[in-house]
Amino acid sequence: MGEVGLQHYLILSAIIFGFGLYALISRRNAILVLMGIELILNAANINLIAFSKYSGLGVDGHVISVFVIILAVAEAAIALGIILALYTNYLTVNLDEANTMKD
Amino acid sequence: MDFYTIIFYLFAIITLVSGFIVVTSKNIMHAAVSLFVMLFSVAVFYVLLYADFIAITQILVYIGGILVLLIFGIMLTHKITEADLKTSNLKVVPAMIFTVGITAIIISIVISTKWNIFSTVRYETTVEKIGVMFLTNYLLPFEVASIVLLVALIGAAMYARKK
Repeated sequence: MGEVGLQHYLILSAIIFGFGLYALISRRNAILVLMGIELILNAANINLIAFSKYSGLGVDGHVISVFVIILAVAEAAIALGIILALYTNYLTVNLDEANTMKD
Repeated sequence: MDFYTIIFYLFAIITLVSGFIVVTSKNIMHAAVSLFVMLFSVAVFYVLLYADFIAITQILVYIGGILVLLIFGIMLTHKITEADLKTSNLKVVPAMIFTVGITAIIISIVISTKWNIFSTVRYETTVEKIGVMFLTNYLLPFEVASIVLLVALIGAAMYARKK
C-alpha cells in the first residue's frame, strides 16, 4: 500500500498483460483471442503513460500511445476481416478446427 | 490514505476482476461486456496520470470503435437463436503456468529495479502539446499512420467481401 507510484502502475499493467497472454494462448474462439490482444495493447499503453508522468518521458509517451491505439484499430479491422473470411469458408471461428489447407 | 489512492485501488480491483472475466468467461457476450468495463476503468487510470487526451481517445476509439466492431464480429459469426455463444479454453493448465511465470518475472523485475523518478509533472492540458508534436517531431509517423489506416480499410473490405 502507501502512496501510489510508478511501480503500482507497472505491476497493474503486468497483470493485465498476463491476462492477455493467457487469452492468446488458451482461447479457442478467434474473436476472444483478439480481445486478448486488446488487453496486451492496453497494458503497453498504461506503461507508456505511467512512464511519461513519472520518469521524464514527457508528452512523447502520449504521442506514442496514440500510435499504439491507431495500430490497434487497424489490426482489429484486418483481423475481423480475416475472421469473417474464415467463417464463410469453414463455418466456424474456432482456431483448432481451421486446420486444413485450401483445397 | 487520500482520495487518489482510494480511486486507484478501487479501479485496479474493477480492472483486474473484469479483465479476469474477459479471459475466462464461457459466454462470448459476457466477455465483450466485461471488456467494455475494463476499457472504461483503464481510461480512469489515464485520467489519474494527467493524460486527458489519451483517456478521451481510449473511450472514443476502443469503446466506440473496436468494441462495437468486435460485437459485430460476434453477431456475424454466431447463430444467436441456437445459443451457440458458448466457448471453451484449450490447454488451460500449461497456459496458466506459463502466464503466471511470465507475470511473476515481470513483477519481480519491476519491484527489484531502482527506478529513476525525475519529476512528477502536472499538465494543465496535453492536447496542444500533442498536436504540436504530431506536426513537428512526429510528422513522418503521423503520415505513415494515415496510410496504414487506409490500407487496413481497403484490406479488411477485400478480405470480408463475398467472392
